[in-house]
Amino acid sequence: MELKNKLEILADAAKYDASCASSGTTKRDSAGSATALGSSGGAGICHSYAPDGRCISLLKVLLTNACIYDCHYCINRRSSDVQRARFSVAEVVQLTLDFYKRNYIEGLFLSSGIVRNPDYTMERVVEVARQLRVDHDFRGYIHLKTIPEASQELIDQAGEYADRISINIELASQQSLDRLAPEKNMSRTQKAMGGIRTRIETDSERRKADRQSGKRRTKKDRHFAPAGQSTQMIVGADASPDRQLLDRADVLYGAYHLKRVYYSAFSPIPSASPILPLKSPPLVREHRLYQSDWLMRFYGYSVEEIAPDSAPNLDLDIDPKLSWALRSRETFPVDVNQAPRELLLRIPGIGVRSVTRILQIRRWSALRLEDLQKLGISLKKCLPFVITTDHNPARLGLDSDRLRSRFAPGPQQTEFTFTVADAKSSAITGEV
Amino acid sequence: METIRIKPNFESWRMQARKLLVQSVPPEGLLWEDGSSGADSLFGDLENNAFEKPSTTIMPQVRIPRDFMNLAELVACHRVSERWGVLYKVAWRLTHGKERQLLALRIDSDLKRLEDWASAVRRDRHKMKAFVRFRKIGDTETGREQFVAWFEPEHSIVELTAPFFAKRFASMDWSILTPWQCAHWDGQSLQFSPGVSSREAPKEDQLEDYWRSYYAHIFNPARLKLNAMQSEMPKKYWKNLPEAPLIAELTRKAARRTGDMVEAPVSTKAHVSERIPSGVPSPDPPSRSVEPAGVLSRADTMSLEELSQLGLQCKACPLHDRAT
Repeated sequence: MELKNKLEILADAAKYDASCASSGTTKRDSAGSATALGSSGGAGICHSYAPDGRCISLLKVLLTNACIYDCHYCINRRSSDVQRARFSVAEVVQLTLDFYKRNYIEGLFLSSGIVRNPDYTMERVVEVARQLRVDHDFRGYIHLKTIPEASQELIDQAGEYADRISINIELASQQSLDRLAPEKNMSRTQKAMGGIRTRIETDSERRKADRQSGKRRTKKDRHFAPAGQSTQMIVGADASPDRQLLDRADVLYGAYHLKRVYYSAFSPIPSASPILPLKSPPLVREHRLYQSDWLMRFYGYSVEEIAPDSAPNLDLDIDPKLSWALRSRETFPVDVNQAPRELLLRIPGIGVRSVTRILQIRRWSALRLEDLQKLGISLKKCLPFVITTDHNPARLGLDSDRLRSRFAPGPQQTEFTFTVADAKSSAITGEV
Repeated sequence: METIRIKPNFESWRMQARKLLVQSVPPEGLLWEDGSSGADSLFGDLENNAFEKPSTTIMPQVRIPRDFMNLAELVACHRVSERWGVLYKVAWRLTHGKERQLLALRIDSDLKRLEDWASAVRRDRHKMKAFVRFRKIGDTETGREQFVAWFEPEHSIVELTAPFFAKRFASMDWSILTPWQCAHWDGQSLQFSPGVSSREAPKEDQLEDYWRSYYAHIFNPARLKLNAMQSEMPKKYWKNLPEAPLIAELTRKAARRTGDMVEAPVSTKAHVSERIPSGVPSPDPPSRSVEPAGVLSRADTMSLEELSQLGLQCKACPLHDRAT
């Protein structure tokens, strides 16, 4: 099969992995070297955007889409009719280097269907990374998908060459896995994540000790997965409510120190399995999950606050921060000139960056509504919740029900309730 | 009105601004002229001097916060002609106006203008790092690969952004050509030359076919979101991106491809095929929940090892879910 043909099949096979991040790894470049290629560190770079609005930062391919597993939601499951292809290690290495030199990509995101057995597959994935790092002195970004059933030794090697490693948790509970991904096991996956967490922490402690004792680093001494580990959960392929997804994410952030949990709305695939739902969930549900994820990580919200037992699914019409504010009217209005940081972060429409700026400015001058506007804050959203020197919402006399109808759109638009501009800026800044 | 003539770059503004601040010249009576308006091209031909790093931010008798100088360096790259005057006004307020807190006041209208210009320059630099596309033109006798790119930045960012490429692509020879200024790297040093026409740039690279294939196939037609794409990759960049000509067709066919997937009969192939070997048998013991009372009643007869094994499997309370 021609290389281009393989590239088409194996990119098609890889596109259901949402992650394309290339940020947050160690700062390095190839200055002063006549052979090294690449640099990384700092903010990631998106080299292109597909018409689905997703960033293209990495060459994201599978080594092979042949697989002995039979996960219903996956286009590559062994009972799918999809055409199979397989890259050689050398082919992926060469494509990565060629694309990188032309500035198409930040690096490689390599994953693979499982052939023969987990260790055989993992060995080949690791070999690609090894050749890039060792034989070609490649200093760009590498993300390797690891297989929880692979041996610890191979996962260790993967972390040595990769900036980020990831294992997809796929679904929020073992019951769902039993039905849709019979070969996968939640506790085995989490155990592997625990192993990676330990390895990352031991490595960073060792490096810290070395720094303190002034020990010099050698070239062989590689940082273990400096950009941490991430995972992905499929949304809408099973009946799990948002609460369950967020609870799982909370465990993964808390107990396994994951850097990111990605949510991927299940989308129609060619040659679908008969037990999958026919209709994919609205993309806005995925968006609300990302917003909630951000609230948990950067705004100090608990899962219970975002998706209480009484409402285990997120409101698709309004964002989860506004939802919480409407349920917690007693907290508001908040005085932007007086309130502590934690409380400012709870005001709908005001994000982390704006809060930092408000705290800076109010040391020197009291803020008026006009000032909030100058900071780029949407007054429409925060007006009912804030007090400034020239505004107190008490006189608006709005109760929660009337407030909600002010923000929620008419019923006919439910699937398109957020504008693309909102979604975009929210996805970038994470501010909701 | 006194006219201050400078070259349109940060260093030239900095020298003049320092002199004026030392002489306590207030900003109100000054007109900044950088020769880029066309009418006054006195310094126009000096625009492409070799890259000089600003040496220090400490002026004799006037101290300016480093944060301001960093901001000024970005603002200087913007093409708006009022930038020199506003920069000087803010420098004046920071020093002679004793408004040391000014940089924290994002609501101040002068500072906000500088911040907005700096953001536009930051964005332009970021897009240059993203959208430059090198085309290979050959190899040197010593085996170094040679590449050339054509790019059209909005602001004067070539000098400020070229070091990024020099560090990333240190082992290749490359040139980035733009209509205003070009950058060249030979493994040793960065050189700058005047802008050229796009006709000077190579027209193709054989890898672009592969890149286009990749672009077309990483796209998921079931999630078409054109506006999200365009806000990050505005149309003005499309003409220099080899993948952009595909966008129209991918978009047009997306709905039909998605419809076909949804309506296609579901795969009737037996879910677990007889011919293909099945997945790895789970190496874990079956994770059946343990009944604590039952275990405790038999505890006397079990070894510590057996008990600890059973403990690991216990799911009697919700704590097991969070155990690592």
